[in-house]
Amino acid sequence: MSAVVTGDVVAPTSTPRAFLARWKTPIALGLFSVIGIAVFVGAAHTGTSTFRLSTGTDVIKLPEIAVPTLAATIVLSILLVAATVLAVVRVRQGRSTFWLVAVFALVFLFDFLSWVATGQTIPVPGLLVGAVSLSTPLIFGALGGVIGERVGVVNVAIEGQFLAGAFTSALVASLTRSPWAGLVAAMIAGVLVSFVLAAFAIKYLVDQVIVGVVLNVLVTGLTSFLYTKLLSPNINTLNSPPRFERVEIPLLSQIPIIGPTLFRQTVIVYLMYIAVAAVWFALFKTRWGLRVRAVGEHPQAADTVGINVNRTRFWNVSLAGAIAGLGGAFFTLGSVGAFQKEMTGGYGFIALAAVIFGRWDPIRATFAALLFGFATNLRSVLQAIGSSVPSELMLMLPYVVTIFAVAGLVGASRPPAASGKPYVKS
Amino acid sequence: MTDPNHPTAADAPRAKGTPVVTDTTKVDSVGDVDGALEPGQVPTLAAREEPSRWRAAVGQIVGGSAGISVLAVVLALLVGAVLIAVTDAGVQSAAGYFFARPGDTLQAIGRAVGGAYAALFQGAIWNVRRDTFAGQIKPITDTLTFATPLIAAGLGVALAFRVGLFNIGAQGQLLVGAIFAGWVATHLQLPYGIHLIVAVIAGIVGGAVWGGIAGILRARTGAHEVIVTIMLNYVAVYLLTFLLKTPVLQAPGSTNPKSAAIEPTAELPQLFGVQFQLHLGFVLAIIATAVVWFVLNRSSLGFRFRAVGENPHAARVAGMNVKNLYLWAMLISGGLAGLAATSQVLGGSLTSGFSVGVDAGIGFDAITVALLGRSRPVGVFVAGVLFGAFKAGGYTMQAAQNVPVDVVLVVQSIIVLLIAAPPLVRAVFRLPIPVPRAPRAARPSKAEVSQ
Repeated sequence: MSAVVTGDVVAPTSTPRAFLARWKTPIALGLFSVIGIAVFVGAAHTGTSTFRLSTGTDVIKLPEIAVPTLAATIVLSILLVAATVLAVVRVRQGRSTFWLVAVFALVFLFDFLSWVATGQTIPVPGLLVGAVSLSTPLIFGALGGVIGERVGVVNVAIEGQFLAGAFTSALVASLTRSPWAGLVAAMIAGVLVSFVLAAFAIKYLVDQVIVGVVLNVLVTGLTSFLYTKLLSPNINTLNSPPRFERVEIPLLSQIPIIGPTLFRQTVIVYLMYIAVAAVWFALFKTRWGLRVRAVGEHPQAADTVGINVNRTRFWNVSLAGAIAGLGGAFFTLGSVGAFQKEMTGGYGFIALAAVIFGRWDPIRATFAALLFGFATNLRSVLQAIGSSVPSELMLMLPYVVTIFAVAGLVGASRPPAASGKPYVKS
Repeated sequence: MTDPNHPTAADAPRAKGTPVVTDTTKVDSVGDVDGALEPGQVPTLAAREEPSRWRAAVGQIVGGSAGISVLAVVLALLVGAVLIAVTDAGVQSAAGYFFARPGDTLQAIGRAVGGAYAALFQGAIWNVRRDTFAGQIKPITDTLTFATPLIAAGLGVALAFRVGLFNIGAQGQLLVGAIFAGWVATHLQLPYGIHLIVAVIAGIVGGAVWGGIAGILRARTGAHEVIVTIMLNYVAVYLLTFLLKTPVLQAPGSTNPKSAAIEPTAELPQLFGVQFQLHLGFVLAIIATAVVWFVLNRSSLGFRFRAVGENPHAARVAGMNVKNLYLWAMLISGGLAGLAATSQVLGGSLTSGFSVGVDAGIGFDAITVALLGRSRPVGVFVAGVLFGAFKAGGYTMQAAQNVPVDVVLVVQSIIVLLIAAPPLVRAVFRLPIPVPRAPRAARPSKAEVSQ
């Protein structure tokens, strides 16, 4: 899957393609600016858009911000154009436009929100709280994917690990009446899926993408079968797990906007923060991480200096499974409680996209996952306030934006060199 | 490496049919479902490290890929049987007094498993309970009807695999193909024959457009086709949902998100009369199989496709335009998914109007079909028919025996896993490794490598 892209780097010649490669960021920004002006200003309704910044339980209350829609979209669209011009200048100077793009995206988002919320109130904390919690499984999955690919095994089975984790955690938590036991069970289930992946990929040299795709089908079939046969006839005993409650962290949870967003979540979300930091630190600052990356980039070299390539791969893929399994537990213990057939609904594939979008880096992948979580939650918030935009077109937006972002900003990304390639000692 | 009873990783390249994949982009490999090494196929890296002459010999020896495939199916059905037996209420109650009367438990297991698989067989191949011949063979025609879109979409995924692209987007391409074909079939008034041709072409074009987006982004910007096709799947779902609520596709005067019934002029005619569902789409699937086989194995385009799939760097050095080939591959791959859409929209049970569920999971099944078929056209055809049989029989099994159809997914995925790992199947059945042990041979000569 991590197809060879290294060869596609555009040579810095003066062809039209090189021109496009150099100027794609300003061109993309210009395109979005035009869309912004045409839609958000051109089709703006008269009225005011309100942003609510505080929740009912906050100690420090921020006032609601009410702005006239048309004025807001005009000002924000001018900012978009300004950012585009700045991008042109920076590209001409040969400087990075990364932060400019981030700012542009934020302004574009507010432009969109102001336009869509005419006569309505957007609950900003609600939007962000939901975004973080919806991103949680994606982030766990993406971390699992990053570790797998960094050590040289493509993990397409994230969806399967999610489902296995969700199913097992619901079952075990129902039986033991302890969500913590469910959490451990979810990790074990993820590891078991990883064992199969690792065994087939490392011992039997089966293509890792094949194993991943097939494992997803296998786990879907198994969990759906067992759900129909066992769980749904015995809902009370087997499929009514206790859920994790939201835990407020003292002081931190009182910071306006950030507090409710980050520090009034369930334990699984706090575990996610720890996991992101731990994976980043371990991958880039420890001996373990160096070995993992060496095995994923150049297994021969790693072998030469005495690292057991296949053993390293096996145990790290298992670790990745445990992390992804935690993400699966979120679907049940952190969210709805009971297990449902195919309840992970393609999130594993989104997590995989986040891995690639985040260029195989835990922090970037986390941000990519947050983007997807935010987009998903934005849709439900806008549906809840009864926006006039056809919901399908809005639902499409995050995916279209991702395609643009991947095509325009990320471009030719380079996976770990040995990712997906089995290592045969010679 | 020294114990012949424990096939190690390094043994695998010698075994016929072992998918030794040294390049991530290469999904198919040494073996073929029907066991033939494609002419002109470049040996993989791993094969180069091991003597490649073994592979020719291995094909004829016991445990070749045909034998392994049969054993894999048997093993997978056994696993399915265990699942059915363990969750069966009759077996559970009989197992409660297993040590008193073990015969009861065995009988219950036999009843549960036998009943389920008998129903599967009756639903997929031959219904012994019908009196007329037509009634008896109806299941096999249902199987082929279910297989039709699977074959078409599976060919698309397989072709992309051969070029080193992982097209997860068959679902989206199928849906857009359905939009195009559905619009032509419901809005245009054309004479018999022409209408059908236009509708089928529209479906293929629709799929090709959607696949082409991923292809052109891959070729021009290097955007990873996996992300782009995943995203395009979602976009296509919402696009279809949206269009089904607008006059573009929604049935006039209806408020349901469902299309109008397609014009009779655009229907794929049923092949054996009205009592059988099997329609002309199956013939199109056969033609598509032949065309894809010809393109891949006998045309210069196919040669370049395979060269890029084997090693894009080498292909570029040899003067091939790798980026254009990526685009072409995605266009054809999407077009085949669009062909699958036409068999869904224009034939079978959805001719009275389709909704957003027109995909029916075919987009993802196509990936498994392509994998099981080892990305070879004929293999994909056989795999498509097998999966069609599971689909047709699975529902009968669920209805008749109260066995959830999901067990079919388990069986299917285990088959694919096992066929991909022949050493495992041999270990389970304690088969000998079909290659005599030999001291590590020298590397093959250049002539052997470029055979």
